[in-house]
Amino acid sequence: MNLWPWILLACVLAYATKLLGYLVPAKLMDNPRMSRVAGTLTIGLLASLTIVNAMGSGNAVVLDARLGALVAAAIALALRAPFLVVVIVGAAAAAGLRLLGWG
Amino acid sequence: MTTTSPQSFFASPAVRIGISISIATGLYGISFGALSSASGLDFWQTMALSLLLFSGGSQFAFIGVVAGGGSGVAAMSASALLGIRNGVYGMQLNALLRPSGWRRLASAHITIDESTATATGQSDPAEQRRGFWVAGLGIFVLWNVFTAVGALLGDALGDPKQWGLDGAAVAAFLGLLWPRIKAVQPAAIAVVCAVATLLVVPLVPPGVPILVAAVVAGLIGWFRRGHEGEGMEPDVEPYEHDAELHHGAHRAAAGGHPGTGSAGTDPGGRAVGHPEDRSGRQTAGPSDAETREKP
Repeated sequence: MNLWPWILLACVLAYATKLLGYLVPAKLMDNPRMSRVAGTLTIGLLASLTIVNAMGSGNAVVLDARLGALVAAAIALALRAPFLVVVIVGAAAAAGLRLLGWG
Repeated sequence: MTTTSPQSFFASPAVRIGISISIATGLYGISFGALSSASGLDFWQTMALSLLLFSGGSQFAFIGVVAGGGSGVAAMSASALLGIRNGVYGMQLNALLRPSGWRRLASAHITIDESTATATGQSDPAEQRRGFWVAGLGIFVLWNVFTAVGALLGDALGDPKQWGLDGAAVAAFLGLLWPRIKAVQPAAIAVVCAVATLLVVPLVPPGVPILVAAVVAGLIGWFRRGHEGEGMEPDVEPYEHDAELHHGAHRAAAGGHPGTGSAGTDPGGRAVGHPEDRSGRQTAGPSDAETREKP
């Protein structure tokens, strides 16, 4: 699959969205529903991406080493580890569990 | 820049915060680069996302969908939906900084969570402007440098699974989500969307469950009451040392995060902020507080 057209379209849409914010009348800002939808969308999409990457495999829901990465990352975040450390902990957990023969 | 001498430029709290947020955020471009190449994008495709799309969450969304076997159109859609909040930031920054001409076009490109949070965390208009540009341009440069490093590293690693890079992607998404689910309601929304995703995984092509979750989230957002700033927190909080106090204060004020909300500006475009926010920030250190308290 050639990804280039979708990559470039995603780039154009991202910039257009940002620029649109600068061009709409200030009155729109008084509508709190806008930011509420944008904020809720952000939470929902990130939650969905997290779980799909942890348990999705094509059309199946599977339990494998990635679930261990999810748990390890949650512990690291609860301990207030910085983002990069959290990512490394996730990688180490998945790689470690695979070494032990799971997932 | 609106500064007269380098000395006064670097003495500005907004500039110092902008530089530190640039380093913290730029560094994790390395994880984006590595994960992007693990998901199958080549070097220049990865760089195109960092150079042209330039919004961490949307970039991770794109490669996350591709890594899960989703189609290009699903990846593009997830990325575009996750970028909607940048439009809201654009409205706030336009009211705050009033850029014109080419500056407005450039401002739009570097309008992301962190540059917005750095700008809106200041109360003096000149400081807001400096904070926005320093954080925005600083992150842009470092994010791209470290994306390149990560992409080359990812290519050199070979089998992504052996190194647990799929686990790293999971951790990265949870890391992006984490600062946004500190309160009960956002956490509940996250759980609902995650469950909705898992329910439809067996029924629709890969990538589409994420868009189903977006619809669910959009509907919840449309009908719910709650703090309008929720979900709009930056991945790396520029005012981290007083983030806790600040979060407490913003709940009390029932307003938004400094990165959001219509309460941030008066009709003249000058920041007024929440008084409670301001008092929470006084703990940020003598020099920071001093500057922010200037009327």
